[in-house]
Amino acid sequence: MAEKKFTGVAARMTPRRGRDLTLSCAAIAAILLFTHFAMQGFILDAYLVRILNMCATYAILGLSMNLVNGFTGLFSLGQAGFMAVGAYVTTILFLSPEAKGALFYLKPMEPFLQAIQLPFWLSLLVAGLVSALAAFLIGFPCLRLRGDYLAIATLGFSEIIRVLFTNMQTVTNGAVGLKGIPPVVNLWWSFGIMALVIVFIRRLMRTSYGRAFKAIRDDEVAAESMGISLFKHKMMSFVLSGFIAGLGGGLIASIVGSINPLQFRFILSYDILMIVVLGGMGSVSGTVVAAFLITAAKEWLRWLDNGFSLGLFRVPAIAGMRMVVFSVLLMLVILFYRQGLSGGKEFSWQALIDFLGKPARRDLKREEGGKKT
Amino acid sequence: MLVNWPMLIQQVVNGLTVGCLYALIAIGYTMVYGILRLINFAHGDIFMMAMYFAFFGITVFLIPWWAVMPLVVVVTTALGVLIEQAAYKPLREAPRISLLISAIGVSYLLENLATVLFTGIPRSFPSVPHFTEMVIVGQVRIQWLGFWVPLIVLALVVGLMFIVHRTKTGMGMRAVSKDMETAKLMGVHINRIIATTFGIGSALAAVGAMLWGMKYPQMQPYVGVMPGLKCFIAAVIGGIGNITGAIIGGILLGLLEILIVYFFPGLSGYKDAFAFIALILILLLKPTGLMGEVVTDKV
Repeated sequence: MAEKKFTGVAARMTPRRGRDLTLSCAAIAAILLFTHFAMQGFILDAYLVRILNMCATYAILGLSMNLVNGFTGLFSLGQAGFMAVGAYVTTILFLSPEAKGALFYLKPMEPFLQAIQLPFWLSLLVAGLVSALAAFLIGFPCLRLRGDYLAIATLGFSEIIRVLFTNMQTVTNGAVGLKGIPPVVNLWWSFGIMALVIVFIRRLMRTSYGRAFKAIRDDEVAAESMGISLFKHKMMSFVLSGFIAGLGGGLIASIVGSINPLQFRFILSYDILMIVVLGGMGSVSGTVVAAFLITAAKEWLRWLDNGFSLGLFRVPAIAGMRMVVFSVLLMLVILFYRQGLSGGKEFSWQALIDFLGKPARRDLKREEGGKKT
Repeated sequence: MLVNWPMLIQQVVNGLTVGCLYALIAIGYTMVYGILRLINFAHGDIFMMAMYFAFFGITVFLIPWWAVMPLVVVVTTALGVLIEQAAYKPLREAPRISLLISAIGVSYLLENLATVLFTGIPRSFPSVPHFTEMVIVGQVRIQWLGFWVPLIVLALVVGLMFIVHRTKTGMGMRAVSKDMETAKLMGVHINRIIATTFGIGSALAAVGAMLWGMKYPQMQPYVGVMPGLKCFIAAVIGGIGNITGAIIGGILLGLLEILIVYFFPGLSGYKDAFAFIALILILLLKPTGLMGEVVTDKV
């Protein structure tokens, strides 16, 4: 054969792929530049940086839930529990012995735990691993359950974790919680981990494991009869999700600066579920977009809580108003837009170009479609 | 150790009271699950709303307590039916997971709505004469509630059993829970039956909420969450979809909680975890629940 054979990336390189790659690189470069300047304090003030950190962290948490709920089809509501584990482990390992000594005034801390102090990245990693271990232990009894029983059981375990943390006075400082966590998380941390998680999940879903997850989601019986070990794959998905949620919890601890058991009530799992549902079950890009939208909008809607004027009369300040607006929004999405923003699809440059570049053709298409039906 | 009989009797009555209230709320879960195969996450929040309705009826509108009770039941029933119509009916053909998410959405909405309408400040349920006073028999001190609750619950259960087994609506409920498609073909008005089921469940939750408020007067917008979850667990323990099972499960759970704390006071901090441990155990050992196998009156 005279033709030269390409191998590897080059073999798969079509013009469209080339363009997509260029665009992706450009977008990533733009984000990196933006982050770099934002870190210098040129573009964003501290408040906006904090919100962006929260957005990215919620994206991480949303992805961890989507891995189990959207990609593997297991309805788990235990995210708050794994976050609690992650947040507490990170904080306990990261705080200095003196800070811990000052915090534990009711009962002294276990000496071993008090003496320990690790750098942030290591604390975060250990937190993820401990969370994954918790997921493994919880998964053993729970993953044998079906559908909504699984939801209740995981929710139950997340509450048990919270009750445990409230009562483990010498380890977690009980209901008082832990304060004064240094704000080491900056945009590099939050966006970096988010990017890693995105890449990891996208890659994972292309491996045989990822395909097995999807097969289990689409039809458990068929998947099992094709030789997929249900328990093994469910457990794998659950443990990975626990790991990622633990990372998210650790980031939250550092961004917020203080943690206590009440922060990790199962209502928190609902917040994350809201992101997953709005973004669309089983879509990475949808989850990320929804996490940014919801977190930013929650901040932006603060004017609802502070009272506002409606032309003639003034609406008084009512605490909690924005959460009502949010829950109504969620109900509307559930009832009328069940597929979420992404419709279960992933972001692609082609779709964006089609959307932006050829409005005329899109209208034409719609008209044709209208005629057909 | 010598058994402290008066104390033990007091605790058993206490557990029975809580258990009967759990049973009352668990019936609502089990009936809805029997028909729609849906964990109605909003049930605990309907319970919470009923508590607030009673609170405002008595303290703000100054309606006498005996008039407030039926009023609250009516309003709560209407709320339950409204929720069904707005949030569950449009999803009749949708996958079950959507229904579950919708239920969580409703629960979220009700909690946030309650925070705005009633503020998050903890309030205290008004004390009602003839219920909250103490009776002293020998050394045993018991609230009148200890007698009233089992009686009221018994009366309501008898009434419910009559509806389920002796009326046409009840027959419809049993038919729909067996097989919705066939029931539809046989001319059962599915939507009416489902709405009635939600109505009955909410009415029972309303009664439960008022009695609960007399026993545990602290209330805030999340007050329904824990009882709600525990009552669902009670329904699962008894065998979900089975009314008798829900009653047995509720009473067992109530007694278990109170007596474990009585015998092992060191565990009182973990009280809220018992129910979940019981749930995990029952799901692993006997997933159909105690009464699950004897499928007699699945509603």
